[in-house]
Amino acid sequence: MAELAVAPAAPAPAHDEEHAHHGPQGWLKYLWSTDHKVIAMQYMFTGMFMALVGGFMAYVFRMQLAFPGMEVFPFGMVSPGEYNALVTNHGTIMIFWVAMPVLLAAFGNYLIPLMVGADDMVFPKINRLSFQVFFVSTIVILASLFVEGGGFAGAWTAYPPLSASAEYNLTDLGSTLWLIGVGLEFVAFLLGGINFITTLMNSRAPGMRAFDVPVVVWMIVIASILFMLSVGPLLAGAVMLLFDQTLGTGFFDPAAGGDPILWQHLFWFFGHPEVYVVLLPAMGVVAEIMTTFARKKLFAYKTVIFTVVATGVLSFFVWAHHQFIAGIDPRMANVFTITTLLISVPIAELCFVYIATLYGGSIRLNTPMLWALAFIAEFLIGGVTGIFLGAAGADIYFHDTYFVLAHFHYTFFPIAIVGTFAAFTYWFPKMFGKMMDDRLGKIHFWGTIIPFNFIFIPLFVLGMGGQHRRIYNYAHFPELAGDNFQLMRVIATISMLVMLAFQLVFFYNCWKSWRAGKKASKNPWKANSLEWTTESPPPHGNWRPDEMPVVYRGPYEYSVPGRDDDYWPQNSPA
Amino acid sequence: MKPIATTRAATGIATGKLAVWWVLASEVVIFGGLLASYVMYRLGHPEWADAAAVTNMKIGAFNTFVLLTSSLTAVLAHQAAERGDGKTAAKFLYFTIFGATTFIGVKAYEWWYEISNGYTITSNTFWAFYYSAAGLHAFHVIAGAVIMAFVARDAKRGLELHRVELIGIYWHFVDIVWIFLFPLLYIAK
Repeated sequence: MAELAVAPAAPAPAHDEEHAHHGPQGWLKYLWSTDHKVIAMQYMFTGMFMALVGGFMAYVFRMQLAFPGMEVFPFGMVSPGEYNALVTNHGTIMIFWVAMPVLLAAFGNYLIPLMVGADDMVFPKINRLSFQVFFVSTIVILASLFVEGGGFAGAWTAYPPLSASAEYNLTDLGSTLWLIGVGLEFVAFLLGGINFITTLMNSRAPGMRAFDVPVVVWMIVIASILFMLSVGPLLAGAVMLLFDQTLGTGFFDPAAGGDPILWQHLFWFFGHPEVYVVLLPAMGVVAEIMTTFARKKLFAYKTVIFTVVATGVLSFFVWAHHQFIAGIDPRMANVFTITTLLISVPIAELCFVYIATLYGGSIRLNTPMLWALAFIAEFLIGGVTGIFLGAAGADIYFHDTYFVLAHFHYTFFPIAIVGTFAAFTYWFPKMFGKMMDDRLGKIHFWGTIIPFNFIFIPLFVLGMGGQHRRIYNYAHFPELAGDNFQLMRVIATISMLVMLAFQLVFFYNCWKSWRAGKKASKNPWKANSLEWTTESPPPHGNWRPDEMPVVYRGPYEYSVPGRDDDYWPQNSPA
Repeated sequence: MKPIATTRAATGIATGKLAVWWVLASEVVIFGGLLASYVMYRLGHPEWADAAAVTNMKIGAFNTFVLLTSSLTAVLAHQAAERGDGKTAAKFLYFTIFGATTFIGVKAYEWWYEISNGYTITSNTFWAFYYSAAGLHAFHVIAGAVIMAFVARDAKRGLELHRVELIGIYWHFVDIVWIFLFPLLYIAK
C-alpha cells in the first residue's frame, strides 16, 4: 500500500527535472539507465557480439574438421586441446550468452512493458542489476579463454570427473572461471526473470485481462518460470563442482563416496527445461508475426496458453533421456522414453495451431514472415529427429554421434537464429524508427536458410553412419575416416562459410536501414498489440503519462467482419 | 518520478510481496537440489552415520531455538509495522538481527571446534555436504540480517513499513531451511 501512496506525492516542478534525469543522455547515463528499452539493447548488442565470438569458434573447429592440420586463418594451427576448448565454449556461449540474452532478456525486456501497456518494468533497478551481473559474467567467460592452459575443454555439459579435476582437463583456471561465469549468468537471469513475471502479473494496462496478453509475453514469462524452477539444483551442483575443483571435495568423485552421475541429473534437470526456456520465446515471436501477416486471429489462443503450461510441466520429467547410456536403470529409461514421447504432443500441437492460423489467411510474404515460416519448417525436422533420440532403443545407437549434434542444431538454430532474426526484422521499425530493406532482408534470409540445411543434413548422415562427435581429427581413427564421410564434413564446412558470408548482408542491411531507411510510422504492419500504438522508437516512459493505453480487447482481432479496417488495436474503444 | 508500472497492482497483491515469493520459489529449488542430492547419497552410504554422530546435537538444538525465536520477533515486528508503529517494528527487527548474530557466532564456534579436531570439508563427502549446506544457509542468514538492518533503519523513521513484512517472509524461509537441515545433518545417525 505504501508503494501506491508514493507516486502522487512528487511535487509538480520536480517532475521535468526528474524525468530528464532518468532519460539516457550521454555515455554514462546510458550505462546507468534503468529504462527497459535501453537494457534490452544492452542485452541485444552483448548477445550479438557473443554470437560473433561463438560463430568464429564454429568457423575454426569446422575448418579443422574438414581440412585437418590446415592452418586456419586467423587462428593458426588448432591443437587438440584448443579444439576441445573451442567446441566447449561454442556451446556454452551460444546457449547462455546468445540464445538466452537475445531471445529471453533482450526481447523480454523490450516487449513485456510495451505489450502490457506499462512505462517500465516493475523493478527498474533490479533490471539494471541483472544486466550488470550478466555483463560481468560475459567478461569472466571471455577471460577464461585467455588464462594459462586455455579455456575450459570439458564439453558444455561439464561432466565430472573430467570437469572436476585439473589432473584430467588440464585447464585449472579455465574450468573454474567457466563455472563462475555460468553461475553469474544464472543469477542475472534469475533477477531478470523475477522482473518479467511480476511485471506481467501486476502492471498490465487497465482493462487488460490475463487472456488479453499477447502470446509472446505469456511465453517469455512461462519460460522465465521454467528457468527459475529448474536452475536451482544446477546452481547447487555448480557450487559442489566448484568445491570439487578448488577445495578438493569429492561430491562427484566415486573414490571419495561421491557419484559423477549426480552431476548429470542436476545438469539435465536444468538442461532439458532450458530447451523450452529458449524455445517458448521464439514460438511466441512466431505467433505474433503469423497472426499479423496472415491478417487472421490466432487459432485457439487459450489452447496455446494451456498447451505451453502443460509443456512446461512435462519438461521437468524428461531429463534422463540424455543419460540412457550413462548406466541408469533400464526401467527408468522406459519411463523417460514415455515422458519424452509425450512432450512431443504439445509441441506438435503448437505447430498445427500455427498452420491452422495461416489457413485461409491473407498472407504477406515479407522478411519477418519468411523467418517465421522457416522456423516452423526447420524446427519440425529438429522435433521429429528428437523422437529417435528420446526412444531409448534408438538412442543407444545414436548417442554421442553426429545425429545428436544435427538434431540439436535443428532445434537451436531455428530457435536462436531464425527466431531472433524473425523478431529482429519484425520489431526493427519499432526499435530503431526505420523500415528495414525488404529485398536485402530476403537475400539474407535465403542466404542463411539454404546453407543451414546443407551444414546439418550431412551431419545427420554422418551420425547414422556411426560417426562419433567430439573427435579432433578423424584421420586418427581409420575406421571412421572414410572418404565419403570426409566429403560430408567438407560440404558442411563450405556451407557454413557461405552462411557466415551472407551474415554480412544482414549487418549491411541494419546499417543502411538505420542510416537511410524509410521512416517507420507508429504502426507500419497494422498490428493490434500495444507497442504499435506509441511512437517508433518509443520515448522514455513509452507513452506520455496522460496517454497510457487502456485495453478493450485481445491482441488478435484481425479481419473482424463488419469493420472497415482489417485490424483492431487493443486500445481503440469499441 | 516513479514509473507508473511500479504503482500498479493488477493482481491486488503488492509487487514487492509477489517478488519475494518468486525469490523464495527460486531458493526452494536451490536448497531442494542440494538436500535431495544429500538424501540420495545418505541412503546409499549408511557408514556416514559415524560422521554424523560427531556433530553436536545440543549446539544444533540451541541454534534451532535461537533461529525460531528470531522468527517470532520478526512476526512481532510485522505486527507493529501493520499498526504503523515503526519504532517498535525496528526494535523487534534489531532483536531478530541479534538472533541472527548469535546463530552465526555459535555456528562459528561449532565449526572452529570441528575443524580443529580434523573434520574438514575434504574429510569425506558427509562433511562436504555438512559444510556446504550449512554454509549456504549461513550465507542466507547473514544476507538476511544485513538487509534487515537497512529495513530497520528506515522503519525507525516510519519509512517503507511494508518492507518489514517482506523481510519477515524471507526470514521465515531461512528458518524453514534450517528446520530441514537440523534433522538431516545432526539428528539422523
